[in-house]
Amino acid sequence: MSKKSRISWLLVAPLLALVLLGFILPIGYTLVKAVENPEVTAALPRTVTVLDRWDGEGMPPEEAFAALVTDIEEGQRGREFGSMTRRLNFELNGARSTLMQTRRSLDELSAPYSESLPAAIPEWGEPQLWQLIRTNSNPVTASFLLRALDLQITPDGRIEAVPEERAIFIDLFQRTFWISILVTLICILLAYPTAYYITTLSNRAASIAILLVLVPFWTSILVRTTAWFILLQREGPINAGLLGLNIVDEPLQMIFTRFAVYVAMVHVLLPFQILPLYSVMKRQGTDMLRAAASLGAPPWRQFLLVYLPLTMPGVAAGAVIVFMLSVGFYVTPALVGGLQDQMVSYYIAFFTNQSINFGMVAALSLLLLFFTGLLIVIARKLVPNLDTTIKA
Amino acid sequence: MTRVFVAIFAWAVLFFLVAPLAVIFPLSFSSGEILTLPVPGYSLQWYEDFFLSERWLDATKNSFVVGFATMVFATLLGTTAAYGINLSNFRGKTVVLATLSLPMVVPLIVTAASMYLAFSVVGLANSLWGLIVAHTIVATPYVVITVLASLKTFDANLMRGALSLGAPPVTAFREVVLPLIMPGVAAGAIFAFATSFDELVIAIFITSPGEFTLPRQMFAGLREFLSPTITAAAVIMIVLSFILLFISEAIRRRGERLVAARADKTGSDQ
Repeated sequence: MSKKSRISWLLVAPLLALVLLGFILPIGYTLVKAVENPEVTAALPRTVTVLDRWDGEGMPPEEAFAALVTDIEEGQRGREFGSMTRRLNFELNGARSTLMQTRRSLDELSAPYSESLPAAIPEWGEPQLWQLIRTNSNPVTASFLLRALDLQITPDGRIEAVPEERAIFIDLFQRTFWISILVTLICILLAYPTAYYITTLSNRAASIAILLVLVPFWTSILVRTTAWFILLQREGPINAGLLGLNIVDEPLQMIFTRFAVYVAMVHVLLPFQILPLYSVMKRQGTDMLRAAASLGAPPWRQFLLVYLPLTMPGVAAGAVIVFMLSVGFYVTPALVGGLQDQMVSYYIAFFTNQSINFGMVAALSLLLLFFTGLLIVIARKLVPNLDTTIKA
Repeated sequence: MTRVFVAIFAWAVLFFLVAPLAVIFPLSFSSGEILTLPVPGYSLQWYEDFFLSERWLDATKNSFVVGFATMVFATLLGTTAAYGINLSNFRGKTVVLATLSLPMVVPLIVTAASMYLAFSVVGLANSLWGLIVAHTIVATPYVVITVLASLKTFDANLMRGALSLGAPPVTAFREVVLPLIMPGVAAGAIFAFATSFDELVIAIFITSPGEFTLPRQMFAGLREFLSPTITAAAVIMIVLSFILLFISEAIRRRGERLVAARADKTGSDQ
């Protein structure tokens, strides 16, 4: 390695280390949780060992019942027990209460447990729960990723669709992408004429117009969302105006609707579309248009065949930024949308902060990353010099 | 005809961009409790509320602490890294560049959730330090980009000259390179501060009430009960963004003049 290369590495190293340790490692650590499955083995080590020798047909031997009772007795106060019950309940509704009940009735049990346990709690007399414990003694599981696609593994190991009332995630991903696509299209439609118009203005007027784009661009997303949160209230300024002008008889419900999500997201993301478009259009100038006109092309042909293709890189650069930002949007839909208007990010936050389920956090994050990555690859294919346009 | 239509359309779009922000101003000076227009009268009560409330003041202080710390770390790390990247075509450069730009392309919600899970393990969650680390990671790529851009116009011969005259590399960098790339460094620094000051998603995940930043406190307020004090906080944040925008525009103009002046000079030398 030359001396210069060594200095380069030395200078880049601190930042690289920070990004690797503070960013890449945490994301890796989280994504691994999408397939990790340690809870059952940690809380029921003996049971798992015994069930490992069981073929899964009929009922497990007495040995397994005794191991389960010992495991619960020893681990009942530890954190592992709680994590295990939550983990099994994710796979089978009601498993948590069965295990809690088992813990409460430990004192009443006596050997042989294969008789006393099912007598006290009938669920242990069925193979289902035993099969579930056996399946989840595997340190790796696909069930979070499958659940994020509305699929589940039955206790005996088959993959099937989850019941309709619990199938929310495919719908959620579709909604996320649909909202993002629509927001991107609206941004393009609003930004294109606006950016073009600004290029036709005199220097002074153009810098005022650009300032009007830059001010919201520099204002925090939360502040802009707050503005819409206030504007769209039932007693808010917009409803007051509509009532005052007798356009409506009673206040419109605008806040907590899909409409509010579209309006606020377009408002927040529009500058990201206008600015790259403007920079491309400004560099382009109008020479080509004049050339086309002098060759006798009518205005719509000048636009469609000359100007639009030339400014396409600006459209693409802005659209990629807008789309990528909207796919991961959290704050704006969370504040102005209803429960039916939330996107993937809402559920990532929900599983992190409320229903503590890091497996689902990881699975949803992984899918979101996968789709975003796919999008970048497709965008690169479609627009070969995308990177340079975005940087400019 | 088309021209008039385009003009009306464009001004309507610009109005749509600015009007919602403008509406907050009169509301924040309202003497009434209900956030609507027209306001019943004017008063400063919501600002008084803001400046007398410990929660809001603490949040403001936290925002400035995290913002300045992020700015310092991001500028130091970003400037040195950018200089290193610009210096040579070392092996693995493409991979390094891709890695460093990842924080800009990964959806913020994924970054926030991952940092929360991993930072909890090492005790960095629920602390201002954790937030500073997180914000530095998110903000530094922008510093790298702005500094790299200004290094592109920097003449490497100047550094070689300083070194050949016997200046130690660090001195040469400080005395020769730094003044010339200052517009890029300053623009990156301002952007890093603004990124941290506005950032909410990571703050939602890795702060508890004691470490709330201004946006985090506003978010909490919006979800509990829509008090007009929030409009006062919003106006304060808008004014701050204005100041940052003007500083960054001033830096950009100065940078452009510098480049133009240098171009003139090189032109007349030849």
